[in-house]
Amino acid sequence: FYLTPPQVNSILKANEYSFKVPEFDGKNVSSVLGFDSNQLPANAPIEDRRSAATCLQTRGMLLGVFDGHAGCACAQAVSERLFYYIAVSLLPHETLLEIENAVENGRALLPILQWHKHPNDYFSKEASKLYFNSLRTYWQELIDLNSGETTDVREALINAFKRLDNDISLEAQVGDPNSFLNYLVLRVAFSGSTACVAHVDGVDLHVANTGDSRAMLGVQEEDGSWSAVNLSYDHNAQNEHEVERVKMEHPKSEEKSLVKQDRLLGLLMPFRAFGDVKFKWSIELQKRVVESGPDQLNDNEYTKFIPPNYYTPPYLTAEPEVIHHKLRPQDKFLVLATDGLWETMHRQDVARIVGEYLTGVHHQQPIAVGGYKVTLGQMHGLLTERRARISSVFEDQNAATHLIRHAVGNNEFGTVDHERLSKMLSLPEELARMYRDDITIIVVQFNSHVIGAY
Amino acid sequence: AAGMFLRLLSDIQWRAAHPKWRRMTSSQRSTSTTAEPHPLSLPAQAQVVICGGGIMGTSVAYHLSKMGFKDIVLLEQGRLAAGTTRFCAGIVSTARPVSIELKMAHYSNKLYQQLEQETGVQTGYMKTGSVSLAQTQDRLISLKRIASSLNVMGIPCEIISPKKVLQLHPLINIHDLVGAMYVPEDALVSSANVSLALATAASRNGVQIHERTSVSHVTIQKGRVTGVETDRGRIQCEYFVNCAGQWAYELGHSGEEPVHIPVHACEHFYLLTHPLQEPLSSSLPTIVDPDGRIYIRNWQGGILSGGFEKNPKPLFTEGRNQLEIQNLQEDWDHFGPLLSALLRRMPGLEALQIMQLVNCPESFTPDMRCIMGESPTARGYFVLAGMNSAGISYGGGAGKYLAEWIVNGYPSENVWPLDLKRFGTLQSSRTFLRHRVMEVMPLMYDLKVPRWDFQTGRQLRTSPLYDRLDAQGARWMEKHGFERVKYFVPPGSDLLDLDHSKTFYKPDWFDIVGSEVKCCKEAVCVIDMSSFTKFEISSTGDQALEYLQYLFSNDLDVPVGHVVHTGMLNEKGGYENDCSIARLSKRSFFMISPTDQQVHCWAWLKNHLPDDSNLVLEDVTWKYTALNLIGPRAVDVLSELSYAPMTAEHFPSLFCKEMSVGYANGIRVMSITHTGEPGFVLYIPIEYALHVYNEVMNMGQKYGIRNAGYYALRSLRIEKFFAFWGQDLDAFTTPMECGREFQVKLDKGMEFLGQEVLLEQKQNGVYKRFTMFILEDHDTDMDLWPWWGEPIFRNGRYVGKTTSSAYSYTLERHVCLGFVHHFDEKTGEELVVTTDFINQGEYEIDIAGQRFQAKAKLYPFSSLFAQRRRKDEVELSGYQRE
Repeated sequence: FYLTPPQVNSILKANEYSFKVPEFDGKNVSSVLGFDSNQLPANAPIEDRRSAATCLQTRGMLLGVFDGHAGCACAQAVSERLFYYIAVSLLPHETLLEIENAVENGRALLPILQWHKHPNDYFSKEASKLYFNSLRTYWQELIDLNSGETTDVREALINAFKRLDNDISLEAQVGDPNSFLNYLVLRVAFSGSTACVAHVDGVDLHVANTGDSRAMLGVQEEDGSWSAVNLSYDHNAQNEHEVERVKMEHPKSEEKSLVKQDRLLGLLMPFRAFGDVKFKWSIELQKRVVESGPDQLNDNEYTKFIPPNYYTPPYLTAEPEVIHHKLRPQDKFLVLATDGLWETMHRQDVARIVGEYLTGVHHQQPIAVGGYKVTLGQMHGLLTERRARISSVFEDQNAATHLIRHAVGNNEFGTVDHERLSKMLSLPEELARMYRDDITIIVVQFNSHVIGAY
Repeated sequence: AAGMFLRLLSDIQWRAAHPKWRRMTSSQRSTSTTAEPHPLSLPAQAQVVICGGGIMGTSVAYHLSKMGFKDIVLLEQGRLAAGTTRFCAGIVSTARPVSIELKMAHYSNKLYQQLEQETGVQTGYMKTGSVSLAQTQDRLISLKRIASSLNVMGIPCEIISPKKVLQLHPLINIHDLVGAMYVPEDALVSSANVSLALATAASRNGVQIHERTSVSHVTIQKGRVTGVETDRGRIQCEYFVNCAGQWAYELGHSGEEPVHIPVHACEHFYLLTHPLQEPLSSSLPTIVDPDGRIYIRNWQGGILSGGFEKNPKPLFTEGRNQLEIQNLQEDWDHFGPLLSALLRRMPGLEALQIMQLVNCPESFTPDMRCIMGESPTARGYFVLAGMNSAGISYGGGAGKYLAEWIVNGYPSENVWPLDLKRFGTLQSSRTFLRHRVMEVMPLMYDLKVPRWDFQTGRQLRTSPLYDRLDAQGARWMEKHGFERVKYFVPPGSDLLDLDHSKTFYKPDWFDIVGSEVKCCKEAVCVIDMSSFTKFEISSTGDQALEYLQYLFSNDLDVPVGHVVHTGMLNEKGGYENDCSIARLSKRSFFMISPTDQQVHCWAWLKNHLPDDSNLVLEDVTWKYTALNLIGPRAVDVLSELSYAPMTAEHFPSLFCKEMSVGYANGIRVMSITHTGEPGFVLYIPIEYALHVYNEVMNMGQKYGIRNAGYYALRSLRIEKFFAFWGQDLDAFTTPMECGREFQVKLDKGMEFLGQEVLLEQKQNGVYKRFTMFILEDHDTDMDLWPWWGEPIFRNGRYVGKTTSSAYSYTLERHVCLGFVHHFDEKTGEELVVTTDFINQGEYEIDIAGQRFQAKAKLYPFSSLFAQRRRKDEVELSGYQRE
């Protein structure tokens, strides 16, 4: 069983999406040229989510990847809701008032976000009213709290993350008379999701990260080569600071049981996440909600299961770490990706592959024979190999697709091996997850001209 | 080092012992780097200053000095033969499709062969022969066509089988070959040494050579070259020759009055290898594999191989920059496809070790032909450049022709295809050149089927009707930047097919053109002929008439409103131009000439008309749209549109009148058609063009009007035996030689240019005769078609070549036009061609090696005309241009 190159391409390209920032008067005045995104599922259904939107009432663009676990419900909810929370957090007082008045009087609402969605990226219709009410409560509180100060992006991001996670938790505790919605809010709360979100406004780039997805900046050095700059820290056992933080938040007696086998309480890989109320609620609350919940929930072994050594909840938070970066002309692109990518590729390779793809130039040293002994045959072989590498670039119209092709198909020499690619993509559903994880990638390309003019 | 060179030149013995001379191509020529003072100061004046010390400059100096010019200075900005010439692959190949280029290469080969003996400088001349391979049948046909023309020039050449190729060159993989052409006398040289040999000989003949001297600009006063400014001072001169190679364009633009020389450089790569284990013999023939886009020659026991890739890299578009030729990079990735082709052709070379990949820029021209001749705007400013990477092959011949041009006023052969004046300012845009040369370079090895058109640099000059015609299915070709319709594809035809199937056989437009021809003969057709060059000449008194009478052979003192067909002849009676002139008033004339005459004719008139403010010459080409109404119903259409009677009684043939057509007034209507069919040409001020066209098409509907293109026109004019300037007629053809005596008025009471020669020819006869051939045993569907340049055989002996041909839909036969010579059977001397000589021969036309019987005729078939006319009328309108 063997996939032909067109079959491979149709699998790789099924979820690809590109957005180009529209030009105004022949010029793109935004610091973002556009972005490419793509997803390759390993789970069925895929548990990763992605979002991208332009803020309409403030400046800036939001992009995020969400890696769900224990189902996709939480990642789905976060992908639909988080950007609204962020956008609202960024809104000035007057705009909030205006929006509230419009809702109060049944007038048309100012649009807050313009979404850039692939047709496969869906929003839950059933829950929209519920989600809207929670969001409205949030902005009403913001109106009441009016500090009069200009909104700080870092604070807005942190507040939005925490608030949404709080709402997810509350909605599950309160429940909903509609049994479908009731089951939905519980699934959202009992599953979990990481979030890695970038907010770009002019030269100000903020990355808010919760969990083990990662943001990476591609920088072009003066000699044309590419290097990577991390714009997020992984929240997992490999991060000493993170382990330290968790230990600080709990009594010393728990020190040994907090992190086992590189997992939180021996169970959870990410040390921060949305949802996952099993790591946040008290045992009593968990039992009460599960027992009063629908039968499906009650029958689920996972939800009923209480983590071992569970003494001083919460063990988990959705609070993000925010990194601010002032964009420079040499900052050419940003990669947001779930851990499915980072498990297979080093960030330096990611920077080089995307950089070369975007510039269309393979920064391969031009070949010079010099004083070496090279035969025509050797040279021919070398050139053929270089051409093959270049042609794989032109196969893809999307940087994220190109990156996935490398992530899945790279052989030990760092070149895409069609045979390997074909095998990896034709794995049966039940085996796929053993060889690879869901991969979700967004590649944001920056506008160096605009950035340089700041 | 410059000083050393000059001493070398004055001391032949000592120089010959100096080893540096022999290693010129293989080692960097940078022995002495200390800056020595220039030993000789520049002269204050010279008769000729040549700029450029490459093969072109030295060849011009060589030939000029041989022809007796003594006061010549050659300036080279760097070192002699250090530019493209040094890097050139050194292949002398005579297999050229254009006949004048073939002649130049043939002469070069003969010159180089004896150069070492003449000068004592080793040139590395080696007669290896060359083998051009064909991977396809079409390629083989194109080689056969070249072989035919080589053979009739006495250059040995044969079409050989793949097996024979293997015998000639043991390394070649012949499995994908269908045949090849072998030219045994092609040669290899060290191009730099050829150049130095020419310089040595020139120097001995008194030419002063100064290296490291840059020309900053040329001074021109009152349209004449007066001198040259250099970084070492000024030289006054009478003639300047721009042989600056890739810098020719820039040098042309450096002065106050620019001289436009449309050349543009592209990078060119070739590979040098170490010797094979058993070194290759230096007598192995050069291999040209155009389908693989490569050439391969033996080089010091190894090979030298380069090619013309599909995706060339143009350079120096912005002019000279920091990238000097020597610093260009090797680009192996770019060379990859050519390397693949090389290893496919010679798989045994896999283990051969690379020595170097040489990047040697070459300059290319917009039409793939080189550029020579005098500037149309500055007398005494000559140019020889743009060799399209065949500089060594052309060097000798091109230098000779240019020297003849300076010394005698014109070369000994017709060089119009290479004349600088075929270009104008419009081909001088850098963007145009950059795009065009990117198309030209791959074309060097592309298969060129008849009637191919350039695809780049198009839609520059267009008629106001362009969009209208395009929407009706027009297919376009280009002449002098002007878009002209070939034919109209009827709705519903498979367009893709039409554009892609190109062939040496019956083309797919055959039926389309046939129906357009039919409509011209039976109803009426419209052809947009706006591209023609149009001049107006007027004066306050009789000056215009006087001068035109001197410049044109026909009598122009005709009543106002008459149109005269006439040649514009040179001193030798040859056609510089062939035009129609209408007398608009006593003192003003309207002159129509072929499209590509715009620059040449203008320069000719400017050079021959006195500097008289009472005599005004104006180029009005852009002011008028020309619509040609051809066919028996043209009369009806036009009379209905103008409410004026247009029949022969009211509007006789060769008549011109301003009248109204539709709402538009002031339309210049002439009763000429360029095809011999009845009809009119309307010269319409451009703002009325669309209106008049619409009116004509609407009114014409009931008469069956349709659009037609130039292919129909061509078929019509060739079956009527009408010669066309630039194709059939040139500066070496007189009216007497092409049956146009009736357009010459030897007795018009005024002296005119060329009169003496014509008088002499009238008395003593002509040495060639324009003849029409009807192919007899030629199967239009199955056989190769004639196009032009096919050899003509009379009683089995070569007598000349065809100049144009077309299928005649009326005769249902192919018609070829061409010149018949009479070569003495023993001496080869040219004899007078008599009518009997023409009529008493058995003729054959050689199409790619296959001969077809042909019937020769000296007069057209008058019975072909739908509406019979008197014979003299036929002859009067018997005139054609394209």
